[in-house]
Amino acid sequence: MTDVITTDAVIIGAGPCGLFAVFELGLLDIRCHVIDILDRPGGQCAELYPEKPIYDIPALPVVTGADLTQRLLEQIKPFHPEFHYNHMVTGVKKLGDAGFEVETDGGLVFRSKVVVIAAGGGSFQPKKPPIPGIEAYENSSVFYSVKKMEALRGKDVLIVGGGDSALDWTINLQPIAKSLTLLHRRDDFRAAPDSVKKMRELVAAGKMSFKLGQVTGLKGEHGVLSAATVKGNDGQSFDIACNAMLPFFGLTMKLGPVAEWGLNLHENLIPVDTEKFETSVEGIFAIGDINTYPGKLKLILSGFHEAALMAQKAFRLKNPGERLMFQYTTSSSSLQKKLGVS
Amino acid sequence: MAKITFIQHNGNEQTVDGLPGMSVMETAVKNQVPGIDADCGGACACATCHVYIEPGWGEKVGARNPMEEDMLDFAFDVRDNSRLSCQIKISDALDGLRVKVPEKQF
Repeated sequence: MTDVITTDAVIIGAGPCGLFAVFELGLLDIRCHVIDILDRPGGQCAELYPEKPIYDIPALPVVTGADLTQRLLEQIKPFHPEFHYNHMVTGVKKLGDAGFEVETDGGLVFRSKVVVIAAGGGSFQPKKPPIPGIEAYENSSVFYSVKKMEALRGKDVLIVGGGDSALDWTINLQPIAKSLTLLHRRDDFRAAPDSVKKMRELVAAGKMSFKLGQVTGLKGEHGVLSAATVKGNDGQSFDIACNAMLPFFGLTMKLGPVAEWGLNLHENLIPVDTEKFETSVEGIFAIGDINTYPGKLKLILSGFHEAALMAQKAFRLKNPGERLMFQYTTSSSSLQKKLGVS
Repeated sequence: MAKITFIQHNGNEQTVDGLPGMSVMETAVKNQVPGIDADCGGACACATCHVYIEPGWGEKVGARNPMEEDMLDFAFDVRDNSRLSCQIKISDALDGLRVKVPEKQF
């Protein structure tokens, strides 16, 4: 039996809106757990544009995605949110009046009064190259991530890609694989130079091979791969014998399991009201890029506003019948105490 | 105004008006051209606006920039005429441009 984590609010998504929701809920004494499929906070700001400048955050003329994330983490520190990375929320179930049960693919179970979906464009999932017939080999011979290295011991491994994931796994798996081939479309890598150097040393020592080209087809039967057909950069096709293939083409956003939680959806977005940013289910809110309402703008600043209004209703759900006094952080000693500044 | 034609994998063609200064990707999204996903919204960070430049237009469109070359590692079936459409700025010189959309971005 899994231990159940009981909390006031579960926030799905640790992007800027999810992080700022911790702040707004925290001011109202609502404790939060934050779940994200990535291995770090920031959402799209971390995955898609950590180094890119953002120019439309109020009072910050220019800030990078990474810096905005750091500032938000600093801002919410007084509220001690608990983060659960590398988890995808698979299920959200209503438990009568008691609130909700939230489950992740990593086996975590939460009970909370309130669920805040701040999942942006959905969950980041590995890109699956559209090689004809690849589905038949997925999870038996083709893997988009490595969960257990041991499963690849003694295999003829083909790694495809030129980024950090491809290079890191090349270096980590080379000692345990029977043979290892790295395939990339060019002799240049966007991975860390040190990893590239290590890979080249392994090639020079005859411990692995590096080939130029792109996979066009797969050979094998009953889900067991025997070779990948590759088009070389000279236009000639050749086969690389392998019984495990790991394609690393980065991540893409998919709506994911949100569609199965019984919420009304409109074109893969969650309709909400503009007073509380609540979904069709009371107690489940949606803020940031994943929601829709008349006039919606997919801007980080809109998500911040949505978080503030959402928190007002969340307070009423947590404290039925209690009056919520509106206060400013500039003047309220009780808010300042929560922020640890008075 | 520059006319841009998107050719789908099945041969369907769609010609849209591109405003100088906008990117080919923005023009595609604005006109709901299928197959230009543009996950990242134009930050050259996702490689889901991959297109193939039709013969005769390569020189006018110009070469890939280094960031784009890196990002194309995350695209599928990259060819000599591959570009990320978010990195192509429309100008009057591109009036009549024809690009092919891959069967699938991913």
